[in-house]
Amino acid sequence: MVSPHTKSTETTTVYPAANAMRVKVVGAGVAGLTCAHAFALRGAQVTVVDRRPGSGQGCSWYAGGMLAPWCERESAEPLIVDLGLESQAYWQVAVPDVPNEGSLVLAQPRDLADLRRFSRRTEHFEWVDGARIGELEPDLEGRFDQGLFFPSEAHLEPRKALAALTRRLVDEHQVTFRFEADGFDEVDDEAGVADEADLVVDCRGLAARDTLADLRGVKGEMLVLYSTEVALSRPVRMLHPRIPVYIVPRGDGHFMIGATSIENDERGRVTGRSMLELLGAVYALHPAFGEAEIVEIGADVRPAFPDNLPRLRKRGNTIYVNGLYRHGFLAAPALARRAAELAFDGAYFPEVMDEDHRQW
Amino acid sequence: MDAMTGLTTGIGTDKVTFYDTEISSRLLLGTAQYPSPAILAEAIRASGAEIVTVSLRRESGAAKAGQSFWQLIRDLGVKVLPNTAGCKTVKEAVTTAEMARELFGTPWVKLEVIGEDDTLQPDVFGLVEAARILSRDGFQVFPYTTEDLVVAEKLLSAGCEVLMPWGAPIGSGRGLNNPYGLRSMRAHFPGVPLVVDAGVGVPSHAAAAMELGYDAVLLNTAVAKAGDPVRMARAFAAAIAAGREAVLADPMEVRDMAAPSTPVMGRAFVGS
Repeated sequence: MVSPHTKSTETTTVYPAANAMRVKVVGAGVAGLTCAHAFALRGAQVTVVDRRPGSGQGCSWYAGGMLAPWCERESAEPLIVDLGLESQAYWQVAVPDVPNEGSLVLAQPRDLADLRRFSRRTEHFEWVDGARIGELEPDLEGRFDQGLFFPSEAHLEPRKALAALTRRLVDEHQVTFRFEADGFDEVDDEAGVADEADLVVDCRGLAARDTLADLRGVKGEMLVLYSTEVALSRPVRMLHPRIPVYIVPRGDGHFMIGATSIENDERGRVTGRSMLELLGAVYALHPAFGEAEIVEIGADVRPAFPDNLPRLRKRGNTIYVNGLYRHGFLAAPALARRAAELAFDGAYFPEVMDEDHRQW
Repeated sequence: MDAMTGLTTGIGTDKVTFYDTEISSRLLLGTAQYPSPAILAEAIRASGAEIVTVSLRRESGAAKAGQSFWQLIRDLGVKVLPNTAGCKTVKEAVTTAEMARELFGTPWVKLEVIGEDDTLQPDVFGLVEAARILSRDGFQVFPYTTEDLVVAEKLLSAGCEVLMPWGAPIGSGRGLNNPYGLRSMRAHFPGVPLVVDAGVGVPSHAAAAMELGYDAVLLNTAVAKAGDPVRMARAFAAAIAAGREAVLADPMEVRDMAAPSTPVMGRAFVGS
């Protein structure tokens, strides 16, 4: 048997010891699954519960899956870069199919000022001209004269990644999953056993607003297109003063287009105006998208704190991991690692622990 | 009011009055597009703004779903001027204004009826019509308009007691596109509170608007999209205060001939 302190790059099965810490993770989204992984790697006996029928079906389902800390730096705090670099490294070993093709940022000629502004707000990119854009993405040849290329960034397919991580947790770490369960107030026997957990890791997203009063919802809408006329190797961001949009290739002719960011907590409802904006931007990227098939449209609500930065909060025997906003895949593994070190080592992370000042 | 400058406020008690409400800060700030609500709150505090605009059309969703953001705004303790941003018809604007009154408990509304997608310029015909409907219904309307004097007259007769002409198209940051038009508007409506709304990019634009004798400046993108919004909010507050102070100080006249600040009499002796 390997040590419970095995690092995440190991793939050998880890069996929790008889006296292992019993951890119940509530929520099987990207935060919950990465927490389950981090705690299992420390030897905990982990149960994941979710009210949905499978993992990753909350707002993780609608995520873009861009591992783009430097692009995000344009509008996010430096902390997101730190968490993002750590998380990117995690995903590249934790799940298969994480293309490291970089990201491309483009703008229409009349919005070049936005490209310059973007470049001033971040780093780790190179200016690319039309010829270089054509080398990187042959289908965009001749369509843009200037852009920014972030060579170190990566992307993944969120649904496949979370399915792969779930399998890994079951196969390698003996993590138990209970779906269609609330995690807090069931009465069945199985739940009773799980509820004897030594520690609860609450990763419920916006549903945790019942105890985290400063959480709010930020709605995001997306769509998935299918086209065999265009191929892209990497996420492309189209800058626009009013409507910035990104296109993430999902393989097999599928493209995820996202995402609006609207200050409300309305789930599921997609507006015509948002679709006009997303489709308008992708049509400007390449007119072939005008003939693409609309495979899916969707919307959900990102959980966010007032500064749009994620948090760990420990109250009693519950650790809350929440407020990942639009940085779920970009921040979750880094937060999960911190949550486990908080639980096992009493470690303190002031950058993400706002209300806890080592008082436990 | 001072007949020479058209100022609606007196020196010493330098306040501007919008519909019987006295306001000290002449910077009105929009609340959209900030990196986070926390930065928005800090920018508002740094700016000293007492009035913030809030958009409702898109955020309200199907069931007034924007409550948590609106609560953050209410918690800032500033006066809320709800706006009808994104509305393109009279009906949309009126419905949005009614919802705003209910949500924020204020008769104030910044009325936008957008007529053109690219420039976001106001549909002045719809604007006048919506202003008439809303004023009759007890609203206190702050219309986003152009510098057109005839439209301004019609807005006043529709019941508006404040006018908000654009400096330049919304979000363009171009500054005051038509200083002549804005100056003549000031001269035509000496007793009406006038606010330059939209198009302001840098603090010198805001100072210039104040130097034209405008009562206040409303802006959003220039602060929200700055690299450091809090710092930019402070910069605008300083510029607007400077422009206002300059007007109150009665600036010198422009002249063609040089008028040296040091007397030249006896020049022959200098350096001898």
